[in-house]
Amino acid sequence: MSDLPLIQADRAVPSPAATATSTGGGRGRRLRLLSRTDRVVITLMVLVPLLLVVGLVWLPALATVALSGTSWDGIGPLSEIEWVGGRNYSDVVNIYPPFVPAIQNNLLWLAALFVVATPIGMFLAVLLDKEIRGSRFYQTALYLPVVLSLALIGFVWQLIYSRDQGLLNAVLGTQTDWYGDPDVNIWAVLFAAGWRHVGYIMLLYLAGLKGVDPSLREAASVDGASEASTFFRVVFPVMRPINIIVLVVTVIESLRAFDLVWVINKGRNGLELISALVTSNVVGEASRIGFGSALATIMLIISLVFITVYLAVVMREDRR
Amino acid sequence: MSRPRTEAEYLARLVPPSVAGIGRRRLLAGTAGAGALLGTGLLAGCGSDSESGSSDSKTVSLGSNQSDPTPKNVIAKIMDGFKSSSGIEAKINTVDHNTYQENINNYLQGKPDDVFMWFAGYRMRFFAAKGLAGDVSDVWGKLSGLSDAFKKASTGDDGKQYFVPSSYYPWAVFYRKSVWKQYGYEVPTTLDQFNALGAQMKKDGLSPIAFADKDGWPAMGTFDILNLRVNGYQFHVDLMAGKESWTSDKVKKVFDTWRGLLPLHQPDSLGRTWQEAAQSLQQKKSGMYLLGLFVAQQFSNDEQDDLDFFTFPEIDPSIGAKALDAPIDGYMMARKPKSEANAKKLLEFVGSKEAAEIGVKIDPATLVANSQADTSGYTALQKKAAELVGSATEIAQFLDRDTRPDFASTVIIPALQQFIKNPNDVDGLVNSIENQKKSIFTS
Repeated sequence: MSDLPLIQADRAVPSPAATATSTGGGRGRRLRLLSRTDRVVITLMVLVPLLLVVGLVWLPALATVALSGTSWDGIGPLSEIEWVGGRNYSDVVNIYPPFVPAIQNNLLWLAALFVVATPIGMFLAVLLDKEIRGSRFYQTALYLPVVLSLALIGFVWQLIYSRDQGLLNAVLGTQTDWYGDPDVNIWAVLFAAGWRHVGYIMLLYLAGLKGVDPSLREAASVDGASEASTFFRVVFPVMRPINIIVLVVTVIESLRAFDLVWVINKGRNGLELISALVTSNVVGEASRIGFGSALATIMLIISLVFITVYLAVVMREDRR
Repeated sequence: MSRPRTEAEYLARLVPPSVAGIGRRRLLAGTAGAGALLGTGLLAGCGSDSESGSSDSKTVSLGSNQSDPTPKNVIAKIMDGFKSSSGIEAKINTVDHNTYQENINNYLQGKPDDVFMWFAGYRMRFFAAKGLAGDVSDVWGKLSGLSDAFKKASTGDDGKQYFVPSSYYPWAVFYRKSVWKQYGYEVPTTLDQFNALGAQMKKDGLSPIAFADKDGWPAMGTFDILNLRVNGYQFHVDLMAGKESWTSDKVKKVFDTWRGLLPLHQPDSLGRTWQEAAQSLQQKKSGMYLLGLFVAQQFSNDEQDDLDFFTFPEIDPSIGAKALDAPIDGYMMARKPKSEANAKKLLEFVGSKEAAEIGVKIDPATLVANSQADTSGYTALQKKAAELVGSATEIAQFLDRDTRPDFASTVIIPALQQFIKNPNDVDGLVNSIENQKKSIFTS
């Protein structure tokens, strides 16, 4: 059976009878039952992604950590890189004024998306799932911000928030400096970010809702459950995988929040975010690669905390 | 020039690097070995056709950051002129201005074009010192009509020339003649007169000084001119080179003077773009605006004659008011051009009066460097600007061209914005700048 065609690979799985008779030595036998093609395919399927992950994720990540201990400016051969130890980190914490606001803003971003935007997106998905009239239209309208290019989004909000010529001040008759006042601009941007996030979450959740078995709802209504308790006690628990995805997406979105603030003022003056600080130090003319890498490493560590929590939850799930 | 000159470029700038394709750089920049790989990336990728044709001795390639229609047209016409005078064809590789500037390090370390456009100033000398630019001293021997000031601005730390200037524009205080006539304002020549004028404008219901710093760089112009007036040119150079301390009383005096003027500035400047501030001048809501000559772009053609300017008034009589910011744009040669002879011929041509005259004809927003060029085509504003720069004793480039780019963009921009937000804590501010300066300049 060594040269079985790929398409028949299932046959390599032992028949129920075979498994039943060999409960003790089943493991070894099952391995032997894999055809050579199977083994080649499996090896490739493991190796190729592994190489990609190592080459495109882990090596750059480790290089970033290594570079964060240097003062490289991006010019000249690697041999000239000067090792400065932890100086970049102490500089980041002690003398770099935008760092603390950046951490605060990232956390604020996470909280705002998690507490406000995500629930609204889920709520809208539930509404749209009711097949109300024109639901296609609402769906498109709400999802549009996710599709629009960032350049356009930045420009749209510039037209709305501009102090002298913007729509918002013209309508409200105010003189609020939406983008320039550091106490106001983070909220203005969070609103714009939420505007996009709501559409994203809505679509994800709507897809999940469509997949819920209708008979569950029927059973609930036969039992006399109200609309709200049907959702919270039946639909919501059933949607657990989607809920986790939504949670992960929310965390990812708030950690990599970057584009809007970059479009607005390159993440300065009240809109500091770690990702924007990394970019302004590493990319562009500045080329403070060592210093920027230190910021990137800090960002990596923060991400690792969330990743670890997520993996722990998922793995515990699997073990059950 | 690093300023968006048109709406189109402004819009193009809104495209974040992640979208424009630089996002990958952040990932790759982490890989230690990626430096070489990157150089061949974004910029050089556009020049692939010039590489294939370069074995031919009748071509030379030019990396241009002049991506706006008018300057782009100037470059194209100059290269046409070069072809008809020398028979060598210049292949122009135009890259969006902002992208060009952000990628310059990788561009120069990869396979740059034979000749590339850049600015005079610290950054030019830095590339020269790092061996990323070719020595063009012998080209200077053949150039005529370029003043000693331009030669000085083109000279690297080793005394050789690495740069050929083509155009420049001054920073000054712009105003509308019709507004000033209506209220009977006079050009101030001292700080006291300037303050009195501002107070009068306030009474007349104008914002005295239009001001915008959302993008971070316009406030550098204000800092520069105050520093030049309070402490003089040499202190500006030394401060930018990291030799002078930011905690010194001289720097504090600059900020103190600025704080005195801040009430005259348009409020809420950190949310405003320079275009919006220029439009407030154009709409006669503001009395004056300290900016580069490019402010004229925000005025329609029939309003150009109404626009006038004066140089920032004297603050300290012993220092006077003769120094100013006038950034110079021009050309440099790659460290290893494919054909050095052709590259030098091109540099000689772009520095000549023929090339300058092409610029005069087409572009009203800049001044040409070559003094032998026929400048009868200048607008009244251009003529006056040329006179102003001609009478200047010292010409500074601009804060972000006169110092390290990492210092200018990651330290000075946030610091000046912090000052505008909270002008009262000058001590804390200059200490923070000095700490970061020490860390950056020693690395």
